[in-house]
Amino acid sequence: MCGIAGSVQLRGASADRELLQHMIETIRYRGPDDVGIYSNGPVGLAHARLSIIDLAGGHQPMSIAKDSLWITFNGEIFNYVELREELIKKGHRFASSSDTEVILHLYQEDGERCVERLNGQWAFAIWDATKRKLFLSRDRFGVRPLYYTQTGDNFLFASGIKALLTCPEVESAIDLTAIDQIFTFWVTLSPRTAFRGIKQVPPGHSMVVQDGRITVRPYWKLDLVPRSDSGNASEEKLAEELLALLRDATEIRLRSDVPVGAYLSGGIDSTIITALVGKSAGDRLRTFSVGFEDSEFDESLYQREASLFLGTSHSDIRCHHQDIARVFPDVIWHTEQPVVRTAPAPLYLLSKLVHESGFKVVLSGEGADEMLGGYDIFKETKIRQFWSRRPESSCRPLLLKRLYPYMDNIQRQSLGYLKHFFHVTEQDLGSPFFSHLPRWDLTAKSKLFFSEATRTELASYDVIDDLQQELPEHYSSWPPFSRAEFLEAQYLLPGYILSSQGDRMAMAHAVEGRYPFLDHRVVEFATKLPINLKMKVLDQKYLLKRAVQGMIPESIRARHKQPYRAPEGRCFFGHKDGYVEDTLSPARIKQDGIFDPRATEALLQKFRSGRDTGVKDNMAFIGILSTTLLIDRFVRERGRPKAPYSATKDWLY
Amino acid sequence: MLQKIRAFVIENYLFGEEGKLGNDDSFLESGIIDSTGVLELVRFLEATFGIKVADEELVPDNLDSLNKIVAFLQAKLPSSATVASSPSL
Repeated sequence: MCGIAGSVQLRGASADRELLQHMIETIRYRGPDDVGIYSNGPVGLAHARLSIIDLAGGHQPMSIAKDSLWITFNGEIFNYVELREELIKKGHRFASSSDTEVILHLYQEDGERCVERLNGQWAFAIWDATKRKLFLSRDRFGVRPLYYTQTGDNFLFASGIKALLTCPEVESAIDLTAIDQIFTFWVTLSPRTAFRGIKQVPPGHSMVVQDGRITVRPYWKLDLVPRSDSGNASEEKLAEELLALLRDATEIRLRSDVPVGAYLSGGIDSTIITALVGKSAGDRLRTFSVGFEDSEFDESLYQREASLFLGTSHSDIRCHHQDIARVFPDVIWHTEQPVVRTAPAPLYLLSKLVHESGFKVVLSGEGADEMLGGYDIFKETKIRQFWSRRPESSCRPLLLKRLYPYMDNIQRQSLGYLKHFFHVTEQDLGSPFFSHLPRWDLTAKSKLFFSEATRTELASYDVIDDLQQELPEHYSSWPPFSRAEFLEAQYLLPGYILSSQGDRMAMAHAVEGRYPFLDHRVVEFATKLPINLKMKVLDQKYLLKRAVQGMIPESIRARHKQPYRAPEGRCFFGHKDGYVEDTLSPARIKQDGIFDPRATEALLQKFRSGRDTGVKDNMAFIGILSTTLLIDRFVRERGRPKAPYSATKDWLY
Repeated sequence: MLQKIRAFVIENYLFGEEGKLGNDDSFLESGIIDSTGVLELVRFLEATFGIKVADEELVPDNLDSLNKIVAFLQAKLPSSATVASSPSL
């Protein structure tokens, strides 16, 4: 796992080597083990390395074919062993045993289509000197970041926005449309980022920079084509097939020349992955987890139970409210976008524990909820549909109380209120976003805090319309359940779960996450599964749970889905060393211009006074605070690290 | 009574944007109150007016506008404490 950066001068001027050095230095935390820069004529590639595979031979940027093909690569190709054998049979000769070199040879063999053969998580750039072409690609689910921008004739790319901002010509300004999107969907719609003029290569896309032109193309699409029944295959057979795929997906994710650990959240997914790793990772697998001082969020008991059952050597951290507040500014420096939840902060502390324990790689359970029917939002969609067929029923809405059992405010509501909150009206039923309207509607309430200027600027923009424009051709023919899965997997997964909670938090402490549930073979298998095997009536992850019977503790297999959450706004109040008052002072809010100073002050007062606060208050507060911190660190300070890494001896070629 | 409730709603849900709230405006239709907001409101009413709101009383008919809350409170409170509700703005 690593950090990458680079540039191409579109009109043939020479690459700025000093700029490349600054760019890679800024994201050196992603790859503290080694650094390298290659520049030749108009192109420059830079690399900061976290050594995981082929510790001695994997130095980058790397070249083959008499220096006609160069690569800078962040990520892992898990099927590199098989691809390497195949390429050797075709006559390719390898100088190293790294997966990096496999990509280069595969590109030499298959050209841009090489990415279709890769099983892994990647962001890379290949400079094809003969064709004077820069080829960039990002993995199918957006596990690894890849940002780019253009200033004049200079095309720049990097693993972090802060690296692009080291170029003085790159504008550093918040994109209000992105803020509108985040304050609705929690994410920006790719290729948009939170910064004007800075884009990201969307997941499953490749990009070519050649002859002064930039082209972006998809090489993989998430296509949900659930079968209406299991056909000839019995449930048992499908469960076996799923388990076999998961076993292999896990096994190839253990390929590493350094020890591999695992996260244990206390939920079913990470417990399954830990069980699948079994003894393969050495004598006793190391597992890591985060627990909370606040019992509302704590899952320590389940984490310990899983560890005991599976015989792992377990370490955890105990997260206090003030810990979340303390690290939050650093968290935002890493997320590089506003967030409406504090949930990334404990994961930032967790990756620190992993790093300090001497581990660079952890396996984790992300992706199962999206693809195998895990989230409550899918259950919610089913119940709302069922209710809407008999809206006058007094029994059907009671099913909603089977959702969110941990949320008292839902449990205590009367039918009259539930009906409103869960949008069971004729108009909502016809919406392509039926499943997500309650969540988006609730998040969008935070826009009450937008300033007049922001509202005026966004007056002609409609976030929902924008999303509707980019839906896949067959989206409207999919069942509502599949549409809900698509919205989760296409947007929230890359834009928040794998980025703000995933890569950015882990890489803040040079830790690489690996996700067996996101092996594309597992995902493609899941997209074809009948919906009733993902969720039988209201039984979440039905097939997965059937597949792992006996492998994990029964109490974890049978427990209700507990989404990972963290304490919110109250963490930031009640201690003297808080930075919130300064950061969100009326003068500062007025100066930045995005939010309304008076309304923001009234929101702060609600928190200060200790009065009850609701979900929307907390989302608004975290959204405003993170946006303002982002302005502080990226607009005012252009993303500069507070304590920059110093250059190493091996800085330049 | 109405003024107290209005002040609470403006401070807690509208964050000072008082001009927009009519006495008959539905909190649900106007998006003022979300699922957590109802419980906040109930806790405020219980603490301020010394009443106890039962779960079955937690319905929009009782709580979905300023005037509805006033009517609900008037029905619950001893007669000496009743206050006439104001006309809609």
